[in-house]
Amino acid sequence: MEMLAMGQYGWYVWSSFGLTFIVVIICVVQARRRHSSVFRAVAQRVELMERTE
Amino acid sequence: MWIFFHKLASPPHFYALAARLVPWLAAAAALLIGYGTWAGLFVAPPDYQQGDAFRIIYVHVPAAYLSMMAYMVMAVAAGIGLIWRMKLAHAVAAGAAPVGAWFTFLALATGSIWGRPMWGTWWEWGDPRLTSELILLFLYFGYMALRASIDDPGRADRASAVLAMVGAVNVPIIHFSVEWWSSLHQGPTLVRRDGPAIEAAMLYPLLAMIIGFTLLFAALLLSRVRAEVLFRERRARWVARLVRNEGGSA
Repeated sequence: MEMLAMGQYGWYVWSSFGLTFIVVIICVVQARRRHSSVFRAVAQRVELMERTE
Repeated sequence: MWIFFHKLASPPHFYALAARLVPWLAAAAALLIGYGTWAGLFVAPPDYQQGDAFRIIYVHVPAAYLSMMAYMVMAVAAGIGLIWRMKLAHAVAAGAAPVGAWFTFLALATGSIWGRPMWGTWWEWGDPRLTSELILLFLYFGYMALRASIDDPGRADRASAVLAMVGAVNVPIIHFSVEWWSSLHQGPTLVRRDGPAIEAAMLYPLLAMIIGFTLLFAALLLSRVRAEVLFRERRARWVARLVRNEGGSA
């Protein structure tokens, strides 16, 4: 427990690391979502074109 | 060598190569960041002046370094795209911006959290390091807003590239601000003529975090550039083939 308390700076240290963790997760999710949404849009376009051909 | 670069600039080749690289980069990043976090929080000894608050550097320094690194990647890629009219380079610039903006936000936020107990203030407007880093965040926002506001991709590429290149002047200002002006922010610790001024037990986790975050940035950048390439090439035959082959797996 004493290790987790980080002296008197527990709130500052843990909020910094927590925020970093959240930002990393957001970056990863955003990058993956962007790719899958573009892929879906492109797939729809290709399908539509094949149907009209 | 030239053949390698020539092949790399071809969108289908880049798209496939990036897909193979991303998992490796992400795995190496996770290992290094995992080690750096554990060693930075629990193994490195507390600083004799700052106590345990110094541990914030393990996230603040990589974030701050990458905020500038990402901008340089963006500006150089934008410049290459503008001069050699290479579409892939514009895609790299566009992919680097949001990641760079997140790292800049993180550098500012963690710096502010550290500043509260150490300097007695969350923010100091007169400080050159803090202010120039905030300007960096606004440059990223400006770049992304400019891209989003122009419908024609070619024009968006060119206009945003000029902004990225002009804004690059801010990066050396951030880096040298602590030497040029009097700043609350401390001077350089790692990159010094007489070697790093930091104890080895504190240094190794920091290096692991810096390298780990750089690899993470590379993985995020490649993922974003893949999406960007796919969008730009949506009318190309290779994309139609890819979509047919992969189905919904990507």
